[in-house]
Amino acid sequence: MSLAAMQRDFAEWLTDRAGTMTAWVGGAAQAGLDVYHNGYRVRLADCLREMFEKTALWLGDEAFMAAARAHIDSTPPDGWTLGVYGDGFDRTLARLYPDDPEVVELAWLDHALARTFEGYDADPVSADRLAGVNWDEASLIFVPTLRTGPAITNAGAIWSALAAQEEPPAASILPQPGAMLVWRQGFTPCFRTIETVEADILAAAAAGAGFETICASLIDRLGAEAGVARAGALLGQWIGDGLIAEIHQAGSNRIATPFMQ
Amino acid sequence: MTATTITPFDGFGLGLRPPHYQDFLTSSVQVDFVEVISENFMVDGGRPRHILDQIRERHPVALHGVSMSVGSADGLDRAYLMRLKALVDHLDPLFVSDHLCWTRIEGFNAHDLLPLPYTEEALDLVCANIMEAQNVLGRQMLIENPSTYLQFAADSMSEWQFLDAMCARTGCSLLLDVNNIYVSAVNHGFDPIAYLDGVPANRVRQIHLAGHSQGRDCLIDTHDQPVPPPVWALYAEACRRVGPVATMIERDDDIPPLADLLTELDMARAIAVTDRRQAA
Repeated sequence: MSLAAMQRDFAEWLTDRAGTMTAWVGGAAQAGLDVYHNGYRVRLADCLREMFEKTALWLGDEAFMAAARAHIDSTPPDGWTLGVYGDGFDRTLARLYPDDPEVVELAWLDHALARTFEGYDADPVSADRLAGVNWDEASLIFVPTLRTGPAITNAGAIWSALAAQEEPPAASILPQPGAMLVWRQGFTPCFRTIETVEADILAAAAAGAGFETICASLIDRLGAEAGVARAGALLGQWIGDGLIAEIHQAGSNRIATPFMQ
Repeated sequence: MTATTITPFDGFGLGLRPPHYQDFLTSSVQVDFVEVISENFMVDGGRPRHILDQIRERHPVALHGVSMSVGSADGLDRAYLMRLKALVDHLDPLFVSDHLCWTRIEGFNAHDLLPLPYTEEALDLVCANIMEAQNVLGRQMLIENPSTYLQFAADSMSEWQFLDAMCARTGCSLLLDVNNIYVSAVNHGFDPIAYLDGVPANRVRQIHLAGHSQGRDCLIDTHDQPVPPPVWALYAEACRRVGPVATMIERDDDIPPLADLLTELDMARAIAVTDRRQAA
């Protein structure tokens, strides 16, 4: 007997309930094989339902389970932890719901919040840290749980209403496309929907652009007075949200922020 | 082999699950140790790791894994093993255990404890994988007997003979799951007492107790019920054979209030103490 061949056949039985696995165990073991096949599918469906709780509430149980079955059929798990099985479920939903972009954005938000829950710890800087900073040579290092995704719908408002067990608003397209920002404050995952200008500046800052460059970019977009004011406002917002892990001064070693889309 | 041997320990413990985190953090729970699912804490950070660190200050912690896959034909997942090692080094756990099963082949991970044929080929492979894991972890491992729902036509030995040979070759110890013995005995029609007589009693370091459910065609190891009378009876038989070892209640679904599990743990203490008195 080849153990590797048996395990390949068993994997095929689990995913497709097909192949030659029955030859290894005989017909009398059909009931046992069905236990493993059913357990495999139930476990993955439960994983998706737990990770995409608000998406399931929005779609309804029947529609969500149909989507989960489609994902299980097309995407066998490959990680040692079920925590990564939800990676790519938003793409399955995009295929199933091409005309309902809020479904995909809700799924992205559910997934990002779940992954943030177990992300790296970091102590954010407080406003006290701003004293004495030479802003001409400063750049920002963000907390490692920070990630952003596109937002063209009111998925954030829908998610918040579902979390509060309130009637969610009807799905709608935002007047201006923006982004969803997800991170963890202490041990609590949180998010907010941001405008494109903040998303662009945040991405540049996380990629290492100095604060002086950020200010110049905002001045280019908004004009001198409004640009400088906006730079100060964003810095204050990011400090208040607990998004900044360190303020780097040129000349010292900088650790890049793993900025996740 | 560089693995260190396990210090004898005969306390009574519970599987630590999220509904009971607050009980363990805010009160003095009368257990000698807790056991956690290793993979739930092999994460980068966040609240679960913080809670485990706090509980580790109060109780010895056993790490019980479900994804090592010592039966995988294509060997161990090195990245998984290094994550587990980091957690082991951080916690200094009472035990490090996983199951006699396979979960993964060629990039596919079933996330289930799948059965192995009991053949010389499987024994060679399992032993090689366990020895690699023990070398990397620098610790002796405990391997748990599985509950299974099928048997292989190619089996050339019983499960207890397989476990006996595995322990002899690798120096690993056993985590004896009494409920799993009962479930597999009913499903496959073997005598659970013969199983207990066949496993190397001096290798057992820990016992699991749990409940199961009646499926359509067989018993299913669901961990969603109290320990049933036949499993308690088998536990008493196990105590007579293995002597004082660590014992714990596993409950993973329909989790009741902590007090209910502590009552079950008292039952285990009573059975074990009776056996220890009789043996004295």
